[in-house]
Amino acid sequence: MSETELAKGGQEYPRPGREALVGAHTGRREPGPERRGEQPMVPEAEFRSYYGKPIINKPVWQSPDIPGYLFLGGLAGASSVMAAGAQLTGRRGLARVAKVGAAASAGLSGVALVHDLGRPGRFLNMLRTFKPTSPMSVGSWILASFGPAAMAAAASDLTGIAPGLGAVATAGAAVLGPPLATYTAALIANTAVPAWHDAHREMPFVFASSAVTSAAGLALLAAPASECGPARLLGSVGGAAELATGRLMEHRMGMAAEAFSEGKAASLHKGAQVSLAAGVLASLAARRSRIAGRVAGILLLAGSALTRFAIFEAGMASARDPRYTVVPQRRRLQERAGNGGPNRTG
Amino acid sequence: MVANPFTSLLEQSEPATASGYADHPPRMGFFTDTSVCIGCKACEVACKEWNHVPEDGLVFTGMSYDNTVGLGADTWRHVAFIEQRKPLGQQVTGHGDAGIRWLMASDVCKHCTHAACLDVCPTGALFRTEFATVVVQEDVCNGCGYCIPACPYGVIDQRQGDGRAWKCTLCYDRLGVGAEPACAKACPTDSIQFGVLEELRERADNRLSQLHGAGVADARLYGRDPDDGVGGDGAFFLLLDEPEVYGLPPDPVVTTRDLPEMWRRVAVAAALVAGAVALGFARSVT
Ligand code: SF4
Repeated sequence: MSETELAKGGQEYPRPGREALVGAHTGRREPGPERRGEQPMVPEAEFRSYYGKPIINKPVWQSPDIPGYLFLGGLAGASSVMAAGAQLTGRRGLARVAKVGAAASAGLSGVALVHDLGRPGRFLNMLRTFKPTSPMSVGSWILASFGPAAMAAAASDLTGIAPGLGAVATAGAAVLGPPLATYTAALIANTAVPAWHDAHREMPFVFASSAVTSAAGLALLAAPASECGPARLLGSVGGAAELATGRLMEHRMGMAAEAFSEGKAASLHKGAQVSLAAGVLASLAARRSRIAGRVAGILLLAGSALTRFAIFEAGMASARDPRYTVVPQRRRLQERAGNGGPNRTG
Repeated sequence: MVANPFTSLLEQSEPATASGYADHPPRMGFFTDTSVCIGCKACEVACKEWNHVPEDGLVFTGMSYDNTVGLGADTWRHVAFIEQRKPLGQQVTGHGDAGIRWLMASDVCKHCTHAACLDVCPTGALFRTEFATVVVQEDVCNGCGYCIPACPYGVIDQRQGDGRAWKCTLCYDRLGVGAEPACAKACPTDSIQFGVLEELRERADNRLSQLHGAGVADARLYGRDPDDGVGGDGAFFLLLDEPEVYGLPPDPVVTTRDLPEMWRRVAVAAALVAGAVALGFARSVT
């Protein structure tokens, strides 16, 4: 055993007194065949683990708080853009629904976030610094500026007080809304959770279309049908885009896509696809039928929410099972070794 | 301090320098040589005692001699036990089929060169010390939990009933006064060696060739390579089997490496939201 002394100036770190002869033949000899124990006769199986235990620690984020936050952020963000569009084109009813929707979802998402923090009293520590390497830091600043703008816009619309300020707030919320709707993709993809990180290329586009889908859904559900032309169009386009980008994401993410076809995530995922497809059809029919418009609104909102819950659950499942971490990493190493690159664990 | 926040992701620099320390001691770390670990768990006990880490359940797992299962908020050193029907090098390991080898390894926070936990921390509670180690300031941590799934090794976790994130500090308090970390101090076989990282790497290289010479072809270094997905570990290991057998990821990466690309895509996607809605209003007749 060595004594390591660390002094602040020049340090000396003695090496161990002697080296243990691990694995060396120590002279003891058993009768019998030269080599004992099990010999590896077959190539080693692709997947091994430590008693099946997960490699990464699973997120402590809870459902419905966090998937709800992802959904509400998208709804709020895209609604604020819709509010500005409605205001500029004189659709007063649609503008009111979108503004109130944006403000309410921003408020609710704040509640979900604070509820999920282990220590709600410390929420303000989020605004202690600004760190571009932390999507949560960037997002906190976006939410902290979006929230007041969206609420001022809604308050001014409802009360008729300070319409000038209301217009400025509406414009501000419309500028901050799109990043609010899409930053959450970076938030969850910038983790070691296989089903989230391996989707980091497509996730922003899934979230963008999902946000548009939900905002169109809210408008179709609550705004006067006579002002809902843009919402019908955006509902069908957004819903179709959400289905298409989701497909692409699954296709490109490799093995982690399996997490979407098992357990809770699979039912949510199926539900999302069915609601979205039906919602797209209903919004196409909404031009002729008021009822179809309301039904489309419900289906699109549900589809968008289910997409976020499915992604959340798939991530949790992929964090629990070491297979999702080990197998793709092992393949990566093999590919690198095959290409003559360095073997990182070698 | 740092002009470009992604500097540390792009350069292979001294992490302490990259974090803005002009004058700092050499980078300190651990070399855990699992080939001499005897599974005594003195490191686990010393760590708990020194750092006042609370008890986190006394359960019987049936996983060989391992009842701590893995690293977490209340386990900062974890000794893994693996029983394998396989001789170790040229050792004679038993009678007939009973021959087993016992792998034991004391796991710990890797104090990554590019630490995902530190990158994603929104409050700045996680910081880089002058010794280039990674430490949580508990009075700043607000319990957001982002660092937990960010760590590619499953090290840091949330403490029950407390909500904050906890992990190995590489005994920052002891280093500050010139003492070595509690686990290294307690290790009776020098399986855990503490020192200047550069020197530990050299020691590890020598040890590896010695073991290869002795016929232990399985021996490999893990986390030693500064070119790996996290820029090399401040705490690295000599293992006798694949990393995943010990519960370690075979090819960990710091996901913040892909964040600049993610931000670009987030920006394009945000522009699409604005553009689509604008177009929706422009194209709509009603
Ligand atoms: S091993 Fe995990 S907790 Fe430790 S420094 Fe690296 S990312 Fe952070």
